[in-house]
Amino acid sequence: MQAFVDQLIQEGYFPGLPKEIIYLGAMLLAALVVLSFFVAPLAGITSWLERRVWARMQSRVGPNRVGPQGILQWLADGIKNLLKEDIIPSAADKWLFVLAPYIVFVGFLATFVVIPFGSQLIVADLNIGIFYLLAVTSLVVVGILMAGWASNNKWSLLGGMRSAAQIVSYEIPAGLAVLTIIFVAGTMSMQGIIKAQGWAPWDWFLFYNPFTFVAFFLYFTAALAEGNRTPFDIPEAESELVAGYVTEYSGMRFLFFFFAEWGNLYVIGAIATTLFLGGWQVPPVTDNPVLIGVLQFMVFFLKAYFWVFVAMWVRGTLPRVRVDQLMSACWKYLVPLSFVSLLGTAAWMVLYPKGNRLASFGMFLMGVAILLLFFKRVNYQIRHSRPEIYWKPYI
Amino acid sequence: MELATVIFYLIAAVTVGSAAMVAFSRNIIHSAFSLLGTFAGVAAIYVFLGADFVAAVQVLIYVGGILVLILFAVMLTHRITDVRITNRAVGRIPALAVIGVFLFLLVQTIRETPWQKAKEILYSPTTAKIGDLFLGNYLLPFELASLVLLAALIGAVVISRKELKE
Repeated sequence: MQAFVDQLIQEGYFPGLPKEIIYLGAMLLAALVVLSFFVAPLAGITSWLERRVWARMQSRVGPNRVGPQGILQWLADGIKNLLKEDIIPSAADKWLFVLAPYIVFVGFLATFVVIPFGSQLIVADLNIGIFYLLAVTSLVVVGILMAGWASNNKWSLLGGMRSAAQIVSYEIPAGLAVLTIIFVAGTMSMQGIIKAQGWAPWDWFLFYNPFTFVAFFLYFTAALAEGNRTPFDIPEAESELVAGYVTEYSGMRFLFFFFAEWGNLYVIGAIATTLFLGGWQVPPVTDNPVLIGVLQFMVFFLKAYFWVFVAMWVRGTLPRVRVDQLMSACWKYLVPLSFVSLLGTAAWMVLYPKGNRLASFGMFLMGVAILLLFFKRVNYQIRHSRPEIYWKPYI
Repeated sequence: MELATVIFYLIAAVTVGSAAMVAFSRNIIHSAFSLLGTFAGVAAIYVFLGADFVAAVQVLIYVGGILVLILFAVMLTHRITDVRITNRAVGRIPALAVIGVFLFLLVQTIRETPWQKAKEILYSPTTAKIGDLFLGNYLLPFELASLVLLAALIGAVVISRKELKE
């Protein structure tokens, strides 16, 4: 984006203004555009879709009244929450209580700076890209602890503490899985990592070697835990903690937390896509730069959104784990496994400095075989659990 | 005044301001949360100096790790706010003396250091260079630091382990 702004300055669009002021204006404009035209609708529609998908999995209807199939439900919810009374408990620590949602929100929104939607479509291709991403998301923990403590409520405090313990623990396997890919790509820049992969599935880092294949699932599991998603949603476990650290929040502040949670789902998908699934790489089908840009954006968006759907699916399928199970899963299984994948990849790189194409192809075929088996199994289950399949939503 | 100077003083004001909050706040939780501003301000100074990797590490380690640990310690400590200090004056006079000595040392160091002004600001990637130095010239300090951390880790395990009683 900086190149574009520089070009505008060169062509004399802003005479007499210092360069820094123009950059500041450009940054504010970019933040505004990204927030209001991409992140807000994305988080909103994800919230609606999650409720619909979840309802369908539980044989319910879900929100279907506002707009076609209820797609505008998020706008109605937003307006409702804006109009609600903003309650600050009298025993709460007022300043911290007010500040907490913003810190969570900043930690979430700052990730969009380095998410590469296309070869040209990125706010800033930082040279420490993925590392920056890991760093800014750690702000969320502080916000959650702040919310938990400032509410002056034991459910909130317990939720905040659980959340912080969980995020701090799961950051380790997630970070190690990311490190595996940094090894292979030899760069931390998001665009650099994508450019090191190809458009074909067997050129993706997912199939680079058996260890990166494992690292992908480690990353996805750890990221779900970091995002406080079921089956790892013990910080807001409704059956034990009312609503965890958001118990005392109401109106728009409450919405900020969930806005960040739903938006964060997409960020998880985007990181997984960038690191393991070839990002925006498209096959060379056209020379038109605009068309290529649109195609890249669509490919990236669909890949990332598929993982959002998988997260909803997991949430609709699995029960919540207990606190001790959560911690032992992280420290006894995920952390050692991620160390194995890290060392294995390092050894693989020593053995095959240029990568092993045959192995990649074999891994790809194995992935396809796993998918086929999975679909066979699901098909079997569906045929045996219901007399008839309704392909169309019947309400 | 140059724009860069203005930005520097803004960052410095945030850093020093929240550090003052840490020191003077009567509520220990507020002190702990004010550290967020201090750490973020220091990270901003690193960014300002073009040290991108160090800035990200600063946020990741200090905000994501150390601050959370401090908050945990404060929140888990039973009745931490109820500590009664009976004789405040005893603490103040030695503290003033120590602060005075430190201030003198700091000012002296700042005055005696031959500061050089960079002629040209080069913003180049630093990560690879840091890695080379860690595994080259500074291998021994690097490994020693990891050894110290490992010792601390084992110490923590030993302290927190439940002793089995017959």
